[in-house]
Amino acid sequence: MRFVSLSAPSTARAALVTLASLVTALLICALIFTLAGQSPAEVYGTMLRGTLGDATGLGEVGRRTIPLLLIGAGLALAFRAQFFNIGAEGQLLLGAVFAAGTALFVPLPGPLLLPAVFVAGFVGGGLWALIAAALRRVNVNEILSTLMLNYVAVALVTYLIAGPWKGKDVRGYIYTDTFPASTYLPTLPGSQVHWPTLLLGVAVALGLQWVLSRSTFGYALRVVGENPGAARYAGLSSGRVALLVALITGGAAGLAGAGEVAGIHHRLLEAGQISLGYGFTAVIVAWLARGNPALCLITAPVMGIILAGGDILKIDLNLPFRVVDIFSGVILLCLIASEVFVRHRVQWGRA
Amino acid sequence: MTHSDLSGSASAAGAPPALRLRGITKRFPGVVANDSVDLTVHAGEVLALLGENGAGKSTLISILYGLYQPDEGAVELDGRAVRIGSPAQALRLGIGLVPQHPLLVSRHSVAENLALGGAGGLFPARRVAGRVRELSARYGLEVDPDSRVADLSPGEKQRVEIVRALLGGARVLILDEPTSVLTPQEADGLFRVMRELKADGRSLIFISHKLDEVLAVADRVTVLRRGKVVGGVPTLGATRESLAELMVGRSVDFTRKRAGGPGAEAGALLSVQDLSAQGSRGLPALRGVSFELRRGEVLGVAGIAGNGQSELVEVLAGLHEATGTVTLDGQPLSGDAAGRFRAGVAHIPEDRIHSGTVPTMTVAENLALRDFGRAPLARGLARDLGATDDRARREVEAYSVATPGIHTPTRLLSGGNIQKLILARELAGQPKLILAVHPTYGLDIGATDQVHRVLLDRTAQGAGVLLVSEDLDELLSLSDRVAVMVGGSLLGPFPADEVTRESLGLLMGGAHPHSLPGAAQGGVVA
Repeated sequence: MRFVSLSAPSTARAALVTLASLVTALLICALIFTLAGQSPAEVYGTMLRGTLGDATGLGEVGRRTIPLLLIGAGLALAFRAQFFNIGAEGQLLLGAVFAAGTALFVPLPGPLLLPAVFVAGFVGGGLWALIAAALRRVNVNEILSTLMLNYVAVALVTYLIAGPWKGKDVRGYIYTDTFPASTYLPTLPGSQVHWPTLLLGVAVALGLQWVLSRSTFGYALRVVGENPGAARYAGLSSGRVALLVALITGGAAGLAGAGEVAGIHHRLLEAGQISLGYGFTAVIVAWLARGNPALCLITAPVMGIILAGGDILKIDLNLPFRVVDIFSGVILLCLIASEVFVRHRVQWGRA
Repeated sequence: MTHSDLSGSASAAGAPPALRLRGITKRFPGVVANDSVDLTVHAGEVLALLGENGAGKSTLISILYGLYQPDEGAVELDGRAVRIGSPAQALRLGIGLVPQHPLLVSRHSVAENLALGGAGGLFPARRVAGRVRELSARYGLEVDPDSRVADLSPGEKQRVEIVRALLGGARVLILDEPTSVLTPQEADGLFRVMRELKADGRSLIFISHKLDEVLAVADRVTVLRRGKVVGGVPTLGATRESLAELMVGRSVDFTRKRAGGPGAEAGALLSVQDLSAQGSRGLPALRGVSFELRRGEVLGVAGIAGNGQSELVEVLAGLHEATGTVTLDGQPLSGDAAGRFRAGVAHIPEDRIHSGTVPTMTVAENLALRDFGRAPLARGLARDLGATDDRARREVEAYSVATPGIHTPTRLLSGGNIQKLILARELAGQPKLILAVHPTYGLDIGATDQVHRVLLDRTAQGAGVLLVSEDLDELLSLSDRVAVMVGGSLLGPFPADEVTRESLGLLMGGAHPHSLPGAAQGGVVA
């Protein structure tokens, strides 16, 4: 078996390979379930019934889709610029912190407070990512810096809710007081789907797709990402592009954080309760979309099903809670491995 | 004309040829790289393999060295059919390859490099060193096993690669464009070594597209065109013109393309005073370079790669920091690359794939690289895709860029068409100064001709061209004056009709300009 390089891989081929890698991942997971003593058919049946089969399940999928969509669209843009942001988790938390700070401590009239909460969330997430972009200018790899900043963000949240921002009447628990009611986002009836954030996510995904394909900044971003040598030659500043990209991708994650606290929790609480690993799962969302923010409109719900389905498995089949991580891990592995099949044709037999 | 009767004098003895290819065919998707190629080399013979880029030379070498398997045909060594499955097997069979660019570990010594992969056991380098000295003395290679590769000149590194092949017991030695990194004098040294090896009964296959060298060193020439052998002739009696005609399939004009040039009264366009710059490793790359370029003039810059030519162009294009003053049309030239382009500095870069274009982007997008952010290609923050496409269609037409469409990624284009695209983009804004670095490197004769014509047309309209090239024939045929860069200093410029390949070669190698005949009046700036 040999790999023959393709000069012009088609979009259809990329889509097919992506789909095939997803199916492969599900087959591998099926094997793991069998080894764990569960029938794969039952596992997948339970997952589908529990997520797409009823209204509550759909609501759970929708709730998880919102942050995945916002973060995934931003990451898709960042990956096109070769800015490998692995720190969306931390940026989401900083967005939540800024949003909570605004909701709790900024005395704005009711109608203005909610927009301010989201602006603050964007700024918080954006600034967190800007740290990594600034460090990149002195040759610090952004994969490492964004990843490390996740832990700093977790510690910062813990410090705030256990220390200066600890609620006055929460006794032994560590979280803040609840926000003013004017910051509560409306949800779809019978679910936790805070639909304004969902609409925002759709707008961000479509908007970033426009930026990428139609704007002058998107053009510069693609040149910087696809050929830094040509960017330098044409006088495009890679550093400036990286700063803007960091602001956008971090800001999108920050919006997700603002949405989570304003839409669901109504207070700042422990990091693990605000984000269920959305920042990492969104990497898969962006990768599945192959760098197209608009395609996250499809890939974010797919990963939303897997996240929500994992919860169902914990409850209904008593599987360990790490089952979601297995899914995510295997899917990401298959996706990355599938890259070679997009650009190469497999030739069987000896040459 | 058949090819079997062209085997020259060495076949007279009746022994089977050292190497024979019969009907080698290799197909790649959409192209037949080698089409039923027959080729023979006898012991004690130098065969030149001549052909334009894309003629199939590289594929044929790759087959000989075991990197590709032919789809059809057979390889025979000393009359025995062999299958060459890998480079290791090629070496065992006695086929050695001297690559175009030496593949050596520069921090290690020569002996350590040569011991790599070959000798096992303890202290392999020490055991190899003796054999290296012996081979070096026998063939006049002058390779010192103890010296560090980083300290060697390109010519010396190449000789290390020859020693490597000989250590492996190569009887058939393939030299892939060996002179492309050498000065004419170093090339002569290589030819002496080649004659020694030939006298020792080894067979050499010499790849080149420099006709003079082929005539100087080879016994026979096999010419490839579009994957097929189109001719095989003994070099005795062949001329540059006859070989070139075989190679491109039509007659080629070698006369000077430049007629006249600007008169002495033409004003200075570009004035460079005392330009100094650091190289990438903090060493001086430019040492006080000063010169003037007149309106309508082509100023050629010769030099061995790495003597500051790249830095000079990068400084002028705004890509490299420097001290000194540069004025264009009397105005100080400063700022970044984008600003200088707008001020009238076009740049045809050395590396057309990695800096001149974005290979994954389309022809239309690449044509917009310089001005995608300005009217008419943009309105505010939004690009005007219609205007971008319209202009792309016009440029593709005007420069006859062969492409399936304007939405084809440029990585699917040939080198010649990529270069035409770059020219179209760079010259669109009527630049005053054109910085052209190896503008025809790797292009076939048709594309080379078009590039030359376009550049000369622009000088007729008053633009100045700074032409950096490693091809001395190109420099001498296009330039009004030629300067030489050695160790970051600029020698000259000298009027082009007062220098020769040989005198330039000596200057490139570091000879003092005053020692050259006819150089005294050249106004040397050292």
